[in-house]
Amino acid sequence: MLELRKDIFADERDDNLKEIGKGTQRQDMLGHVTGTSIYFNDHRLQGMLHLQVLRSPHPHARIRRIDTAEAERSPGVRRIIRGADVPRNLNTLLSLINFGKDDEPTLAVDKVRYKGEPVAAVVADSQREAFEAAAKVRVDYEPLPTVFDVEDALKAGAPIVNETYPKNTFTYHDIYDHQKLRFGDVERGFASADHVLEQRYQMSPIEHAPTETNGSIAAPDTNGRYVVYTSTQALFFSLDTCAKILDLPSNTFHFIGGTVGGGFGGKVDTLTEPLAILGAMLTGRPVRYIFGREEEMKFGPPRGAERIYLKDGMMRDGRIVARKVRAYFDSGAYTRLSSYAVVKCVAHLPGPYTIPNVYGDVYCVFTNRTPATAMRGFGVTAMDFAIECQMDKLAHLVGMDPMEFRLLNAYRDGDMKAHRREAKNTALIECVQVAAEKAKWPLREEFKRMSSRKDGGGARAAIPATAMDTKGPARPATQQRTPYDRAPQPAAGTEPPRPTPPPPVSPAPQPASHGAIRFSSVFGSRRR
Amino acid sequence: MARHRGRGIASINYPIGMNLGGDPSQALVHSNPSGKFTVALSSIDLGQGMKSVTRQICAETLGVPVEDVYVDTADSDTGPHCMGSFASRGTHRVGNAVMAAAKEARGVMMEAAAEELEVNATDLETDGRGNIHVKGAPHRSISTKDVAIAAQFKQGKTISGRGIFLVPLSAVDPETGEMSPATCYAHACMVAEVEVDDETGEVAMMRMDSAYELGRALNPRLVEQQLVGGAWMGVSHALYETTEPYYPDPRHGPRDFVEYLMPGPGDICPHDIAVLERPAADGPFGAKGPGEMCANPVMPAVANAIFNAVGVRVDELPITPEKVLRAIKAQGGARPQARR
Repeated sequence: MLELRKDIFADERDDNLKEIGKGTQRQDMLGHVTGTSIYFNDHRLQGMLHLQVLRSPHPHARIRRIDTAEAERSPGVRRIIRGADVPRNLNTLLSLINFGKDDEPTLAVDKVRYKGEPVAAVVADSQREAFEAAAKVRVDYEPLPTVFDVEDALKAGAPIVNETYPKNTFTYHDIYDHQKLRFGDVERGFASADHVLEQRYQMSPIEHAPTETNGSIAAPDTNGRYVVYTSTQALFFSLDTCAKILDLPSNTFHFIGGTVGGGFGGKVDTLTEPLAILGAMLTGRPVRYIFGREEEMKFGPPRGAERIYLKDGMMRDGRIVARKVRAYFDSGAYTRLSSYAVVKCVAHLPGPYTIPNVYGDVYCVFTNRTPATAMRGFGVTAMDFAIECQMDKLAHLVGMDPMEFRLLNAYRDGDMKAHRREAKNTALIECVQVAAEKAKWPLREEFKRMSSRKDGGGARAAIPATAMDTKGPARPATQQRTPYDRAPQPAAGTEPPRPTPPPPVSPAPQPASHGAIRFSSVFGSRRR
Repeated sequence: MARHRGRGIASINYPIGMNLGGDPSQALVHSNPSGKFTVALSSIDLGQGMKSVTRQICAETLGVPVEDVYVDTADSDTGPHCMGSFASRGTHRVGNAVMAAAKEARGVMMEAAAEELEVNATDLETDGRGNIHVKGAPHRSISTKDVAIAAQFKQGKTISGRGIFLVPLSAVDPETGEMSPATCYAHACMVAEVEVDDETGEVAMMRMDSAYELGRALNPRLVEQQLVGGAWMGVSHALYETTEPYYPDPRHGPRDFVEYLMPGPGDICPHDIAVLERPAADGPFGAKGPGEMCANPVMPAVANAIFNAVGVRVDELPITPEKVLRAIKAQGGARPQARR
């Protein structure tokens, strides 16, 4: 059941609109409910062939030899495609916006880096014949040592997953193996804190589970062009990726999509289009390449697992004074989009709270598993799980109501965020208040009266003097410290907290900026 | 052995759009000679309702009924460039591009109407029902259909518009992480109530109460569809789903929906939702976007509710019965916390 709370922020809106705000029926409703909406796989083209890839059985192995002789003679086979047939076999998705190095082949050539990596593709008259021929391709593998744990991958002597990134980490700004966030001085914050809580959180990989699996159909069109029906979530992203891999001008391709059976982030990677088009180019026939459910689930990219270490310093009245984050994003064998999720995650720290000292180191790590990709809440979902579980533990430690604890620490209009931009248009406080009302969760009067539009800014708008990677002072003897391997237990004799928004612990003049010209591997040389 | 109830909360915010390489989307709007408008996009409708939301934005901006607008997407030969449907950017970025294109088209439409009515275009207004009339004088009116015919066959005007919305790229400071990651943020708070069986470790969802702030609910029914579905994805992530049940050990991965667990119809519970609207200064009619973030608060709210019910913290997702049961055993039995 949905209730529109028009009474809140009413002075910021004009509600006298004719079409906006109406529950108009969807434009595509009739097609969807009668099963007549056209998806990519509804196109049945004359003479259409079927493409099936052969996938690696090993998570990490050198390829000594690929023998396709028997497969070539298999019934119905039109063409077998190998890495050497792909015009530009190495690519990385975000090269379209100059972020990262080409690190992933369309078809593996010298090495496979995850179980299920495509090694060769068979184009045949029927799906069954393509499957049968793929089984007849003989690949001579030399298995290599593997690494599956993100922290193991960072250790000296760990197997190198992806030679483009020999330290098993994505490179930020050409120099760092992680993206940093530095705001204030967390060590000073921890030193002054009454409680320090360190906890570890772990998310597991998750499947997008769309109704419609990834796929596309490519067909030769008139005048040397190719028409491509696709399930992509990003039409031009996929088109431009194909233009690069196939080394052809982008207007060679006519991409048609737009109606997709669920994406959730799993249809950005352009997994099928390059090979479908290449198959059509090599055979002169329409070619369909669609993932089966098992392929989608095991070798389609999942939501990546993230491991997060959170360390918070808190005063006994419930004010959080420092938050330090170390996180590892498991990218699998190739970059795809996890490199970007790291940046998004850093910007999200420390969650929707005003904390005067924040520190983050977030890594994009390569392991021998199916490459991860975007998924709903990309870069943020696991961090929100960690932060919000941590918030509950912190409230418990000081004996505060978890709702009131969030209201106390909530960010407000005018506060400075850790990525050094002013918070505007905030509404966390109102969401907590309304959710409490809905759930009949009692809040004290002073917490009910709080507003995102009041008591922000001022001292909370300052950018604190920021410590750049130095050791902090020793902690006081009275501090209650809960390390990573212990569960938090509330301290005895906590004081009732007051709902005053926390002033920053170390308001100080802003340090000099880091020079007028900065170089970034993300964006190149730029003047501020 | 018993079943224990518990409640947990989580509150979150979420950035709208992406901060990497600039974030543009384009739209084209044009009228046919009957006064029916087409919006040409290359954006994708994943089922979330992209076509419907942009259709409403176009109709509102033009001042015509929604039935007179059709959204055509996604064809790379006819639809102008869009980054794609991800990063909660559809409503905000594409919506803004459609709004800009519709504004331009409306300008031509009003000029054409002014010529027919022999008045100044600034003296005209639309009634939202397919007519343009002189302000304060509804009888001096012309239908958008007649304006479109006149523009095409008499005046030689094209009632069309181009729109682009670009959030320019923002450099990221390598030392401090200083950046402009997004122009606006959506917000949410979720209260989850669970029942935990201390004999089996199973967690049942009993109830969800939530508040979501989305800027502007352009279409409340589409918003409801997103929030209800998204919350269930959150529950599924919290309690059921993973492709690697013993991560980082990669073995025992599921192959299909028989082995990959998700909640079924018997697992759902009531979900009472409040929607708040604090318009974003740069959103189309103030809209932000509900798509991604609605799943996020559910996972921690469920984890916190489990703690409230039986006193165990499971810090690894998904929170399977095995993990709950092991944690309960490790602490020597359920320790229900104060009811709330």
